[in-house]
Amino acid sequence: MNMASFRTVIGLEVHVQLKTRTKLFCRCSTRFGAPPNTQVCPVCTGMPGALPKLNRRALELAVLAGMALHCEIPRFTKWDRKNYFYPDLPKGYQISQYDLPVSQNGYLEIGDDQGRFASKRVGIIRAHLEEDAGKSMHDEAAGVAESRIDLNRTGTPLLEIVSRPDMASAREAKAYLTELKLLLEYLGVSDCNMQEGSLRVDANVNLHIDTDSGTIATPIVEVKNMNSFRAVERALEFEARRQYDQWRQTGERLGDVPKQTRGWDDQREVTVPQREKEESSDYRYFPDPDLVPVVWSDAELAAIRQRLGASPREVRSRLIQEAGLSAYDAGVLVQQGPAMIAYWDAVIAEGVSPKRAANWLQQDILRLLKERSESIDEFPVSAEQLAELLRQVESGKLNTTRGREVLTVMVEEGRDLVSSMESLGIREVDASELETLCRELLQKNPSVVEDVRAGKVKAIGALIGQARKLNPNADPGAVRNLLMEMVNRS
Amino acid sequence: MIDSATVEKIARLARLELSEAEVERFAGELGRILAYVEQLGELNTDDVEPLAHPLDLTNALDDDMPSPSLPREEVLKNAPAHDGDCFLVPPVL
Repeated sequence: MNMASFRTVIGLEVHVQLKTRTKLFCRCSTRFGAPPNTQVCPVCTGMPGALPKLNRRALELAVLAGMALHCEIPRFTKWDRKNYFYPDLPKGYQISQYDLPVSQNGYLEIGDDQGRFASKRVGIIRAHLEEDAGKSMHDEAAGVAESRIDLNRTGTPLLEIVSRPDMASAREAKAYLTELKLLLEYLGVSDCNMQEGSLRVDANVNLHIDTDSGTIATPIVEVKNMNSFRAVERALEFEARRQYDQWRQTGERLGDVPKQTRGWDDQREVTVPQREKEESSDYRYFPDPDLVPVVWSDAELAAIRQRLGASPREVRSRLIQEAGLSAYDAGVLVQQGPAMIAYWDAVIAEGVSPKRAANWLQQDILRLLKERSESIDEFPVSAEQLAELLRQVESGKLNTTRGREVLTVMVEEGRDLVSSMESLGIREVDASELETLCRELLQKNPSVVEDVRAGKVKAIGALIGQARKLNPNADPGAVRNLLMEMVNRS
Repeated sequence: MIDSATVEKIARLARLELSEAEVERFAGELGRILAYVEQLGELNTDDVEPLAHPLDLTNALDDDMPSPSLPREEVLKNAPAHDGDCFLVPPVL
């Protein structure tokens, strides 16, 4: 049986929590990890007579994100009620935006530094503000008869970013998510922490299959419950295969069956049908009478636009153009987030060569951060201190190996450069000391001298090793040069 | 104008349980209410901007400054069931 050729068509809906101190319509704190139901008030529980009031910062962050996604920012935006019953939704409706969202019609550019797909623009249909629901917990193992509801999260500001179905593979979807997350982190709009639920992803996916009688589309499936970008990638790969098999068996096309929702089972690595929320599509949206619309002036939008910093894409090309980094190196650094770029800029500002700085950040600093489970903000060696160390390496006063040892002491003992070097007994070896060392080595190893004279230059390596043991401060390069010179001279 | 199937659907969405007699009655009542509101359709609104809110007010914004929430006992005290930390509801799976 021939495999018909097909294209995967993917659109993503991403919810990110905006980085505010308080909720979208009341001034309860949004701090993560507080004891259950301690960040709750009459507004976020929908008590009769409570009046919601829009969080200025949440609104501005939403506009900022919209601008960074090249969206139009309509002059007029308003709030609507999305009505449904669920135990984690105390008001019986979610305040969201229906027909006049805060931003619309933009795009995000994605690419692959290994060239596995061509760079493309993924369209953004809209990015709108809405409030989060509460959290329900059910301990199935304990066989408890009830679910427990924590309303701390209720009313937390979310930005829902809806893409066009412009992604053609799981890899592209992952690249979109990675770039979107990075963009929002650089903007300071969201922490995008999937573990804490501040970034959530749903996918809509189907296939366009070429058949003898033209191209047909399979029914669109919404995939939920993906808890990491890796899970998104695997779930989409699985779902494409599943839809292909399903089509072979049933011939079902778009429109033949109602839209299905499936959940990703991370353990079994399959998508499984989810129970539909009854009548879920009938949300009976209407404008929220408690909230007045927002009308933007030119000046207000211009003021927000001024806060747009460089996007990850722009930082990448700056690193490539100004610092001469490879696309790969620039990608690795930018991926670490804005704090790492600030650190990088501070190291470079001290006059360290970009290539050396990039090597040290990628190899040593990233490794140390990982080992210590730290972010660059918490790293004990400041950019200025690292620059000081790298200048020593650059001037040849420290070789790379010794430099690493010094860095380790600086990090682990919190010492500055000078005191770290002292504690390792590092000092400059003067010319006469070096000469004595080399002479001793040659006298003790006549066979090596013979070998080198006979043309086996590599034999000298053994002596360099010995030199390092006798005097760790002796620069191996200088030792090698002097040894060769002395052998040839004698 | 409103049939009983529509009334039943609206009731289900609102989690209301209606008797057959009530469905019958509300079908008539809702139909009359809709017909009454429908009179607005006779007006020519070609040059009228859609109205999102009856108040002539925009941009009612609040600063992002936390203020105290309710004490948890207050939050939970009117709930049919709670365990001191959380509301208790029939199982949500």
